[in-house]
Amino acid sequence: MTNTARTLYEKIWDAHVVERRDDGTCLIYIDRHLVHEVTSPQAFESLRTSGRKVRRPDLTLAVPDHNLPTTPRRTATGARVPIADAESAQQLEALEANAPAFGIRYIGDADAEQGIVHVVGPEQGFSLPGATIVCGDSHTACHGGLGALAFGIGTSEVEHVLATQTLLLKQSKTMEVRVEGDLPAGLSSKDLILHIIGVVGTAGGTGHVIEYRGKVFEEMSIEGRLTVCNMSIEAGARAGLVAPDAKTIAYVQGRPMAPKGEAWDKAVAWWNSLRTDEGATFDKSVVINAADVQPTVTWGTSPEDTVAIGGVVPAPESFADASKQDAARKSLEYMGLTPGQRMDELEVQNIFIGSCTNSRIEDLRAAAEVLKGRKKHPNIKWAIIVPGSGLVKAQAEAEGLDKIFVEAGIEWREPGCSACLGMNPDKVPAGERCASTSNRNFVGRQGPGARTHLVSPAMAAAAAVTGKLTDVRSLTN
Amino acid sequence: MNPIRQVSGRAIPFGRKNVDTDVIIPARWLKTITREGLGKGAFEALREDPANIFDSAEFAGSPILIAGDNFGCGSSREHAAWALLDLGITCVIAPSFSDIFSGNAFKNGILTVCLPQEAIDRLMEVAQEQPIDIDLETQTVTTPFQDRFSFEIDPFRKHCLLEGLDEVGLTLARDAAIAAHEAKVAQNLPFLAGAA
Repeated sequence: MTNTARTLYEKIWDAHVVERRDDGTCLIYIDRHLVHEVTSPQAFESLRTSGRKVRRPDLTLAVPDHNLPTTPRRTATGARVPIADAESAQQLEALEANAPAFGIRYIGDADAEQGIVHVVGPEQGFSLPGATIVCGDSHTACHGGLGALAFGIGTSEVEHVLATQTLLLKQSKTMEVRVEGDLPAGLSSKDLILHIIGVVGTAGGTGHVIEYRGKVFEEMSIEGRLTVCNMSIEAGARAGLVAPDAKTIAYVQGRPMAPKGEAWDKAVAWWNSLRTDEGATFDKSVVINAADVQPTVTWGTSPEDTVAIGGVVPAPESFADASKQDAARKSLEYMGLTPGQRMDELEVQNIFIGSCTNSRIEDLRAAAEVLKGRKKHPNIKWAIIVPGSGLVKAQAEAEGLDKIFVEAGIEWREPGCSACLGMNPDKVPAGERCASTSNRNFVGRQGPGARTHLVSPAMAAAAAVTGKLTDVRSLTN
Repeated sequence: MNPIRQVSGRAIPFGRKNVDTDVIIPARWLKTITREGLGKGAFEALREDPANIFDSAEFAGSPILIAGDNFGCGSSREHAAWALLDLGITCVIAPSFSDIFSGNAFKNGILTVCLPQEAIDRLMEVAQEQPIDIDLETQTVTTPFQDRFSFEIDPFRKHCLLEGLDEVGLTLARDAAIAAHEAKVAQNLPFLAGAA
């Protein structure tokens, strides 16, 4: 008898196959397409020159996020504050023109709903469990936190989806990351995913879609699941998934673009069937013991370069593989570190709390809990908190979180991608360290010469208070 | 897309593992609305070193790049592929590639060749002095020293690369099948059929 038990990924895949070719390549239908200003101009240009239309503008949502300065975008009289960088301004203008020209719904740079595409999609109910979701951005994996099959695509694929609402894909292999037991108190979803990437490595998930399984994920908030799935790409996997459950359904219900009435009932019935069948097998399985997870930080220039906050900078010779030893040497030189240095003694000069990984309300609450009644340390030259969307910003202000941040000496900004990547004015100066809640510590990612240490929101807040990387539990316990 | 059949010439013996897309093209270069001219920003941080391999008299303008495992990891920016093309690179040889990068490379007519590390080591050695030939038709990489390495490639990708086919045009021809899928979804999973 053939095994008909399927994984969650296989169920979503099967529901989206338009055609299967003899060589196994499938034409896959795309349910939702998010578009931002950086990876779309060339796609729209190609459509225009070839006389092609957008097949399903109603399944497409455009939001600018990468380039926007996080300082006020309108004057008191409502006039646009010009973007100083001419090329950034040009990309924004291109999206503002392309969206209406192709009939696509557009959320503007100063609209209340504007934000990072990966925060806006779930928040608006545009991203749904079981849907295929793409965007010209590798952190599209994020939406897998809702149980959607979501992945990043390049600009040619953006054009392909705009024109045909499909992609030609080979089915990925399946990988299970099973976390057993409970996370120790005071740890966050960010610590867990950094730990997982440290174990799996940045290429460990290549060719695979990860399903995160275990009680930890069942008990995790939707915000936490979005954080975990967001960084699947840092483990090499194009997509990550957590099976939708009652929490997911409660999260989606009532959002502006979520289904309603009879369609909602049908949706819930289908979503409840979206879990890996008993007896289904994964091509690869990684088991993590939750009790092993510590507040985690990165020391190097790859997201797999993780270490517990209580640990030390590793010696390059401690790695088995010669090429990893070489990479570690280069990383240490770039990061200005020497083997054996304690991580919790590293002084930082910059703090960034934001990005599609950690800019949701729960992240801001975690930072506020640490910062309440405290001040940033004199070492800290620059500290900003950038909400993921205008709605997150409004919610945080309604809860008074902004006051806590400002009283602590931290700037409270407008929503956008900000200092996660050096393509807007928010950059970390060369040679300085930043405790950052973003997702990549690559060379030059936060600006030329910037030294990034990836951390959770609570850990970034703790570093703001002490002026160095710090175990947040020493402040909260 | 230009058809690609053979790539012959000097190969840049780069060899580095886990080359991420921020190394290939830093974010500040992404503010363009065209595909051209990104070669200036390619490998920018590495090219600050005057002795870098990309600008050396010997390797500047070479059509082939040899790299280590997991080439092109990180972001989905297709600018990485455009930057390589603008440098004149139309073939990258490595033990493995990130999924998104290899798709982007393919869609721009860049051939990505996966070979085992031993073959890479040998090609790195040959590339110091001699040119390398890649033949897509026969799926082989050869050197003037009679080395011959075979590589695998997806038959559909091979066909598209050899013919320089436009994938969007090919898929648009499947309109009836796409419409049939849309009709089925509207019936069975109506909540996916349109964003409210």
